[in-house]
Amino acid sequence: MKFLVFLEHHEGALQKDSLGVLSKAASLGGEVEAVLLGAGVEELAADAGRYGAARVHVMDDPLLAAPLPQPRVDALETLLGEQSFDAVLFAASVLSADVAAGLAARLGAGLNWDLTDLAVEDGRLVGKRPELGDSVYADVGWTSEPRLALIRSGTFEPAESGGSAEVETFESRLQDFSLAATMIEQAHSESEGPSIEDAEIVVAGGRGLGSPENFALVEELAKALGGAVAATRAVVDAGWYPYAAQVGQTGKTVSPKLYIACGISGAIQHKVGMQGSSVIVAINKDTNAPIFEYADFGVVGDLHEVVPKLTELVKQRKAA
Amino acid sequence: MKIAVCVKVVPDGQLRLDPQSKRLDRSGEGTLNAFDVNAVEEALKLKEAGSDVEEVVIVSLGPERGLEAMRKALAMGADRVVLVSDEAAAGSDLVATSRVLAAALEREGAELVLFGQQAGDSDGAVLWAAVADRLQRPLISQVAELTRQNGNVRGKRQTEYGYDLLEAPLPAVIAVSDAINEPRYPSLKGIMGAKKKPQETLSLGDLGVDADEAGEAGSQTEVYALGDPPARGDTVKIEDDGSAAEKIVQFLREKKAL
Amino acid sequence: MKPADYPPPFDPGEFVAAPSDPEGERIEVGVLIVGAGPAGLACAIRLGQLLEGAPELAERLGDVPVAVLEKGKQPGSHLLSGAVVNPRSLRTLFKGRVKTSEMPFYGRVDHEGVYFLTQGRAVRIPTPPTMRNHGNYVASLSRLGRWLGERAEEGGATILPETTAAKLLVTDGRVRGVRTGDRGRGRGGEELANFEPGSDVLARVTVLAEGTQGHLTGVALGRLALEGKSPQVWALGVKEVWRVARPLDRVIHTMGWPLRAGAKYREFGGSFIYPMGPDMVTVGMVVGLDYRDAELSVHDLLQELKTHPLVRKILEGGERIAWGAKTIPEGGFLSLPRRLSAPGLLICGDGAGLVNVPALKGIHYAVESGRLAAEAAFAALQPGETPGRPGALDGYDAALRESFVWTDLRRVRNMRQAFGRGFWLGGALAGAMTATRGAFPPGDARTERDADQEVFTSGRAASYPAADGKLTFDKLSSVFLSGNKTRDDAPNHIRVRTDVPPELAQLWEHMCPAQVYEAVDGGVEVTASNCVQCGAITAKGGRLTPPEGGSGPEYTVT
Repeated sequence: MKFLVFLEHHEGALQKDSLGVLSKAASLGGEVEAVLLGAGVEELAADAGRYGAARVHVMDDPLLAAPLPQPRVDALETLLGEQSFDAVLFAASVLSADVAAGLAARLGAGLNWDLTDLAVEDGRLVGKRPELGDSVYADVGWTSEPRLALIRSGTFEPAESGGSAEVETFESRLQDFSLAATMIEQAHSESEGPSIEDAEIVVAGGRGLGSPENFALVEELAKALGGAVAATRAVVDAGWYPYAAQVGQTGKTVSPKLYIACGISGAIQHKVGMQGSSVIVAINKDTNAPIFEYADFGVVGDLHEVVPKLTELVKQRKAA
Repeated sequence: MKIAVCVKVVPDGQLRLDPQSKRLDRSGEGTLNAFDVNAVEEALKLKEAGSDVEEVVIVSLGPERGLEAMRKALAMGADRVVLVSDEAAAGSDLVATSRVLAAALEREGAELVLFGQQAGDSDGAVLWAAVADRLQRPLISQVAELTRQNGNVRGKRQTEYGYDLLEAPLPAVIAVSDAINEPRYPSLKGIMGAKKKPQETLSLGDLGVDADEAGEAGSQTEVYALGDPPARGDTVKIEDDGSAAEKIVQFLREKKAL
Repeated sequence: MKPADYPPPFDPGEFVAAPSDPEGERIEVGVLIVGAGPAGLACAIRLGQLLEGAPELAERLGDVPVAVLEKGKQPGSHLLSGAVVNPRSLRTLFKGRVKTSEMPFYGRVDHEGVYFLTQGRAVRIPTPPTMRNHGNYVASLSRLGRWLGERAEEGGATILPETTAAKLLVTDGRVRGVRTGDRGRGRGGEELANFEPGSDVLARVTVLAEGTQGHLTGVALGRLALEGKSPQVWALGVKEVWRVARPLDRVIHTMGWPLRAGAKYREFGGSFIYPMGPDMVTVGMVVGLDYRDAELSVHDLLQELKTHPLVRKILEGGERIAWGAKTIPEGGFLSLPRRLSAPGLLICGDGAGLVNVPALKGIHYAVESGRLAAEAAFAALQPGETPGRPGALDGYDAALRESFVWTDLRRVRNMRQAFGRGFWLGGALAGAMTATRGAFPPGDARTERDADQEVFTSGRAASYPAADGKLTFDKLSSVFLSGNKTRDDAPNHIRVRTDVPPELAQLWEHMCPAQVYEAVDGGVEVTASNCVQCGAITAKGGRLTPPEGGSGPEYTVT
């Protein structure tokens, strides 16, 4: 199968998630190429070779400087017109989702999104898609070429397989309507840390904290891990933390790579907001707390002892 | 100016998958997708703020019983509802749905087309990009704040890196995030008046869309099977003997989460 | 200590007012029905039929001749019952034009069994005559409500969901309509960005069909001097719906375990298990709220019941798909208000207390009372009469007294009260009543208020099974399954004293099936957003008022 992987870049580096998807594509066997679109990005392209791309198609154009989706659809349409690929893979992001869907409409091509796995079975590309709040998984496929796929962010880790990529530049006409939306101001990286929905690591606090002051323990750990802070309904109700941080049925739904629940009993109202997390760690002094039924690693203990120690260890590792 | 808001009627209450069709069981009443209500609210605010908005029309694709749920938008203050309802359109995927919606929107000729953030049932958050491409219009998505400025629209767009500020000339397609507003509750008068407002039902034929361009026939994706989530693996549960923190770190390293 | 020692901060006067909206903003309808349950919808359906034949009257009633207010998301969202329905009232309502086979039932009752349970055994006992169900149909009241709502709309009624009736509008002793509830207030009552005030809805006739613990019904009975001589008492029913592997072939009722027979406990009730088609079963536990043990939890008694071999076998291999809870008025005939009508006002259904406790039936009485209310309203709207005139709606009370509703309720009038003497003596008395068709024992028994029962603790909670997530469940999982997603920052709609002694806090904590109350230092903490509006708190020392429209459970098959 011949794959084309859409690479994103940010502030001078290839974006981690797209490299993860690239590595996955490489592991599926077949031919793997990548595409990189932007302004002043040509020198980043060769790097993709280390993660499995045999060739990287680059369109380097000032008109592509801003991370806007529609000109990229034009570029991809041109590229796919010149070369044929069986599948085009995107690591999901605000930008790539719009690109993938625009491209689907442009080509009349099937798009499956929010995939958490990809496999080639009997020559067929099959994606795994969680549904109903990650409680059911569907095997999904495509009935035509090219197959477009959006992979849930954080699913695949970049893995270097060594190798170098041939860089091939291409050009494309960009349509008037594609260039009509303009960027007046571009965002910079948030200084306060990631938002809860985007964070790869979330540390959450519940009633077991005992008092609002103890949220400092959760904040410290989150800071050390570079993650976001979340709260349960009970503590938000009690006024210990703002509603914007609430995770659960009546709050936000998150699916980070790591979710650390401190002093949270884990009733279903909370569970449905975080059950899609890849790894769940729970610390609670009540051995019967429901959270232990679905946490990957549970500690029955006093969070006021465990959490500060954990924070310390994390800081040490990061310093080393 | 006419504003069109694209909405989806999603199943009520507990979502359930039909093991036969492997798709969502949509046999119940249905309710207006919560995220689309933000888009309806934004359209109403624009109408109230600008004297040049003549109509807010609600557009949807789905079974006819969805009309009931769409009335909520009328109760909030929208003027008219257009529902494309055709058996041949059942099971439409992104490609087919966007084709049908684009045809309906072209028929409406609305200068501004609004979408909500995502569909509560499929968590699909991409439809607007497909529709914008078919309509050949500029798109701004993930908009947390929308303003109008001399024939243009400006959107504060929420990305992983913070907020971009984008501008696009009308006609345009805008997808709003749920952070953009707090939707109003329909007033009692609004609820009572909703039934009297025009509600149009269209077939694919009315839009000039062939049956084989919609529904499963017009779709390019399929569902093979449904299954359980991958087993989380063994749950490890320990009592803290003072070394719990170290054990957590070790576990996280094994799982490559650290 | 009894709950009545700590009355809630509630003054019915707060919920009665004169219209206050400016003239141009008031909403006027012909007949306003509060509650889209079987009584309210039957009333709406009957009115639609009558108005079809009276076009001039229909026109005089304006743009909206019949309006039905419903506080849930849609008709059915707050409806819950067993249920085995006697179809006679529905047949009468639809005048034979709708066949029973077209009604949304789950099948006719062809077999039934009544069992007396002990911890490990089930002894079949002869079905008491009051509980015979041949010819009746199993139904989901929620589903029936949705269906009746569609019929009512077909007949021209306007149903207004997500709308509560917060205040009764009264001027000069005449009921004028209701004021609907505000939406968009914050926890402290402050107006949020999307605050939408309620409206005055004026009507020529207001029909209260609010169901058990009806908010305005309670207010109206007091303020318009309609109360009877005996107080109302309630039972709490908690039920689940299961998808099952094997069809159940009979309607089952049980008595005995896990309830205790001794008179001091006052644990009156039992369980029901009904087949809903070939692949679903509903199982529920009903217990009178005059119980005394602070640790009694009907929710947990239901979980305990499911561990009994008889029940476990039925549910084996199945999956719980729905849960809900609601109170049932149990005072019967003796607790009925002395009148169910007043100038401009009619009261129907469970709100009026029209429930036959020994037969576990109330739905067909609700439908019949709704139908009779429609006819009385129609008569009072004719030229030459006005519904606000004292006595104009007397026809309703008269019709009810001549109907089978009255005869049925009168015949079993002392039965529930007899069980205050404990299961065995109560059972004997009940048997005597049945045999003599209510003639013996003579006179009328006394009814004591649920909140007047002295509270004690007996360590009962130790026997409740731990939740295993497959057969038995905890309260929060149950609340989740009810579809309740009430917003967390809504104002607290439960009036209750929070500085109460530990025993009372414990009573409430165990009583509430939705884990709203938690005993804490100094009293009780209330998490109002869990509330499924069952009404138990009103029976036991607090007062439930309607929360924001649209909140609470979203029942579909209960």
